[in-house]
Amino acid sequence: MTADALRIEGLHKSFGTLEVLRGIDLVVAEHEVVCLIGASGSGKSTLLRCINLLEPIDAGRIFVEGDEITAAGVHLDRVRRRIGIVFQAYNLFPHMSVLDNVTLAPRKALRVPSARAAAEATELLARFGLADKRDEVPDRLSGGQQQRVAIVRALAMKPDLLLLDEVTSALDPELVAEVLNVIRELAASGMTMVIATHEMGFARDIADRICFLDAGRIIEEGPPEQVLTDPTEPRTRQFLQRIIEAGRL
Amino acid sequence: MTAGGPPPVSPASLVPRQRSRTAWRATATAVISTVIVLGGLAWIIVHAPNWAEVQQDFFDGPIFWASLPGLVAAFWTNVKLFLIAEALILPLGLLVAILRGLPGPIFTPVQGLATAYVDIFRAVPGIVVIYVLGFGIPGLGIPGVPTEQFFWAVVALTLIYSAYVSEVYRAGIDSVHPSQDAAARSLGLSRAQSMRHVILPQAVRRVIPPLLNDFIGLQKDTVLVSYIGVVEIFRTAQIKQAATFNFTPLIGVALVFIVVTIPLARFTDRLVARDKARSGPGGGR
Repeated sequence: MTADALRIEGLHKSFGTLEVLRGIDLVVAEHEVVCLIGASGSGKSTLLRCINLLEPIDAGRIFVEGDEITAAGVHLDRVRRRIGIVFQAYNLFPHMSVLDNVTLAPRKALRVPSARAAAEATELLARFGLADKRDEVPDRLSGGQQQRVAIVRALAMKPDLLLLDEVTSALDPELVAEVLNVIRELAASGMTMVIATHEMGFARDIADRICFLDAGRIIEEGPPEQVLTDPTEPRTRQFLQRIIEAGRL
Repeated sequence: MTAGGPPPVSPASLVPRQRSRTAWRATATAVISTVIVLGGLAWIIVHAPNWAEVQQDFFDGPIFWASLPGLVAAFWTNVKLFLIAEALILPLGLLVAILRGLPGPIFTPVQGLATAYVDIFRAVPGIVVIYVLGFGIPGLGIPGVPTEQFFWAVVALTLIYSAYVSEVYRAGIDSVHPSQDAAARSLGLSRAQSMRHVILPQAVRRVIPPLLNDFIGLQKDTVLVSYIGVVEIFRTAQIKQAATFNFTPLIGVALVFIVVTIPLARFTDRLVARDKARSGPGGGR
């Protein structure tokens, strides 16, 4: 019996007087795909940033593969190497080629020799249809291509866990599919993922479990069909009603 | 960016013959108006009642040509001053900028020292720093401490300009969006690695024009070290002026600086234009 890929206990996080996360408990099994849904400001992004230790937490504990990453004296950089995150706005490094974007962290953080890092990156880029973009700078790529590069950049660190923070929200509608297909492929390959998303149809297809966040708490969770079609909580029902009215489900 | 409506008519969209006629007319207009304005100004100046005295004291041809070789030779000292100083200023300014930005309470004393340094050397007039270092320290007669004026001139200019340049770097570092650091740190890069490979390359590229601007300032301020006895172009011109009672050598100094500075200014403009072009349509960040 292996440890859970991710275990969160009683996580609290405030920005000043605003309490964004009010006691989050979440367990994600190896190879599981969990989608976080909820209105803007419900705490989805903050939760992901806390898991990656980009935001210091106020209370609670987080375990990755059984190791507590919120313990005192934990080496932040080492923890982050195990957890990939992809941001809504891609955050690619604009002054580097696509290849350098992908190889920078393996070369500098893991001390992988340049030639090997480049070979591995080239292979990953090819796998996601980006072989011919290897030597371009990010500004010359479409949004969908940039986001795929950002995913490849995170994968190049061979993370145990991948966090995706509304990765299609900044994309033109016709570019959403190419990014979602990449994530589907990752799910099929067994990558453990926590995905904050507004794409309900996608969440229904891909998620093993959906968590509905409201005002900093997970107030409902379960299999996609149950949460999306037969929610028990009135707040969930209200949220989904608005999504349906907007034609997004 | 897409704009509605027909595209604005630009010279490039006209048929060739129309375009050449438009261009010809624009050139002719520019030439005629320039001749009228500048010619008029020149006429007024040379017909002013005291023009003869002005010409004699400031624009004496024989004195100019006689003093020019000496001025150019002395300018070599200024060139050495600003090249050596700039080579020290660029890394020192960067170091101060990084020290000021160090996070956490443990670095408070370092931050404080760096801030005090910048505050002091931006506040004190440069000539005071040059005077105190150039005359004061050699005057102490401490064994092992250099007494050469040129050495202290370089030290003074480096201290003064590193303070300014560190502020330029700091503005550049602050202009890189925090999401870049978040992306670098999220990949497991350390704070130093993120600074070195992600933040600084973007920051420095953005501040090259203001850095060149400070470099031009430094070039000009090399004449200040004439006050501590370094014989450079200004001092040389002063000596010639005192000997001839004529200001033409100083006009020569002005010309030398103009000749050196203008190409650098145009080069800076080109760098800015290139950076704009590279960030592509829509500007980017």
